[in-house]
Amino acid sequence: MSEADTLADAGKWRVRDWRRLGVRGAELIPQTRMSGPMPWVIAIMVAMTAIALAAGLALGNAISLARAEIEGGVTIQVIEPRDEIREREAAAAVDAIKRLPHVAGLRRVPQAELDGLIEPWLGTGIAAATGAAIPVPSLIDVRLKGPATPPQLAAIEKAIAKVAPSAKVDAQSSWLRPVFDAMVSLQVLSISLVLLLAGALAAAVLLAARSALGANRDIIEIVHLLGGTDTQVARVFQRSIGFDAAGGGTVGLALAMVVILSLGRRFASLGAGLVDSGALVWTDWLLLALVPLLSTLLAMLTARLTVLHALRKML
Amino acid sequence: MLAIAAPVARSDQTQHRYTSMTADGEIVHFDNVGLRYGTEREVLSDLTFTLFAGRFYFLTGASGAGKTSLLRLLYLAQRPSRGAIRMFGTDLITLPRSRLPGLRRRTGVVFQDFRLIPHLSAFDNVALPLRVAGHQERDIGGPVRDILEWVGLSDKLDAGPATLSGGEQQRVAIARAVIARPAMLVADEPTGNVDSEMALKLLRLFEMLNRQGTTVVVATHDLDLLRKVPDSLIMRLDRGRLADPTGALRYPPRRLT
Repeated sequence: MSEADTLADAGKWRVRDWRRLGVRGAELIPQTRMSGPMPWVIAIMVAMTAIALAAGLALGNAISLARAEIEGGVTIQVIEPRDEIREREAAAAVDAIKRLPHVAGLRRVPQAELDGLIEPWLGTGIAAATGAAIPVPSLIDVRLKGPATPPQLAAIEKAIAKVAPSAKVDAQSSWLRPVFDAMVSLQVLSISLVLLLAGALAAAVLLAARSALGANRDIIEIVHLLGGTDTQVARVFQRSIGFDAAGGGTVGLALAMVVILSLGRRFASLGAGLVDSGALVWTDWLLLALVPLLSTLLAMLTARLTVLHALRKML
Repeated sequence: MLAIAAPVARSDQTQHRYTSMTADGEIVHFDNVGLRYGTEREVLSDLTFTLFAGRFYFLTGASGAGKTSLLRLLYLAQRPSRGAIRMFGTDLITLPRSRLPGLRRRTGVVFQDFRLIPHLSAFDNVALPLRVAGHQERDIGGPVRDILEWVGLSDKLDAGPATLSGGEQQRVAIARAVIARPAMLVADEPTGNVDSEMALKLLRLFEMLNRQGTTVVVATHDLDLLRKVPDSLIMRLDRGRLADPTGALRYPPRRLT
């Protein structure tokens, strides 16, 4: 070895000495031979897992918020073309419902608000132009003390049947049920994706660990013959995969954050109530931050079990 | 069943499993041991012998006689196909795999092809047995530098095996084998790649370890080497069978240690 090489080696000494002291045994298997593309695979897995998890959490938030708002809501439509009768039946229905014990509150939707609902299609000034106003049904928004159940709906129907025969009672949750069902399906899908990605991550680590074991078989045999235990060898692999997973996981989470924040901004700009309500809360962000940590733990556990299982076949 | 009636007293099967040796100084006992690889014919047959603590053994024989296979059994790289082996008072046949590392740490090995870890420096290669045994880093540096200085490699602490000559690699391998002061040292052609001066020096190192109580087993072709250790015992393998015409292995001369 030349003098220059010797000096270069001396320069490296401190770093190597530190590594040896700090992470004893990590050098036993060369890191480059062990990891390869593994940090990038883990980064992609973590990014996809975090995005799927964020979607699941956002859907969960949207569902619970909407449920809380809609579950106890009942809409009464007084469908009567004659203004006076419609007005009278609506007022009588309000009086009758008010007295029911399970009703927490009610609100008759003002005419101006109803006109506003049809304005996008028919514009304003219909009465002036045609000489008659459009007979829009009167709406009464009723809020119950708990979720709307069939007996409660029946009680409301019974209370208004005589005073407002043209009234129709609808639980808001019943017409939104297909939307809820679809959202729950999407949530289940995203949770399944998270689990599948965790499985895929474990499989990738398993293959990487097996390949690293094959590539380093000679070294492992020497360590065994020098009295090294399976646990010591497994710890080297576990630690190396742990470093890869921690690095890849951090990159993956950063990528996921960019995607989640930009998607969140786009959805928020839609201004649709149900979508808006799916905003992530701080506990959700905490869960997302745990994804790389849990991925690292999963990767380390998989590496450990794979290596220990494989070593059992060696003497 | 013993192939040759061994006159040495057999140790009691019920004795403590991890005693270094039996009361009569036995460190290794082979009883009718055979070894075959796969379905091939046996490479070692009917080996029955005892190695005693503190003795110096040479293992000789022609190429293919089974020297390396016998050494592999001694350094626990292989289990026999038949027969029984007792090492350090422990029955290896029934010993669970999890307890092998403890026995391996008591045996130093010099491999014929050195088997240094290619990406570790000479220092780290030599330090490996101590690290594996769980020694603190502060207790490792001194002994490793001392032993490397002893084998004449104090200026090669940071050199990787690829930058060392064959003889230097051999010396690193020897330093690694003896650094943890093993109870038994097994060396496969340890002087095969060094000049005669270094060969003699290494032999003196083995003798020194032997004087300190280490049982030494050296496989060699070099008949000159045998003459340089007058107190040594010779095990000669011939086509997988142990030739012991003098009965030295069965009736070892006692030596005060």
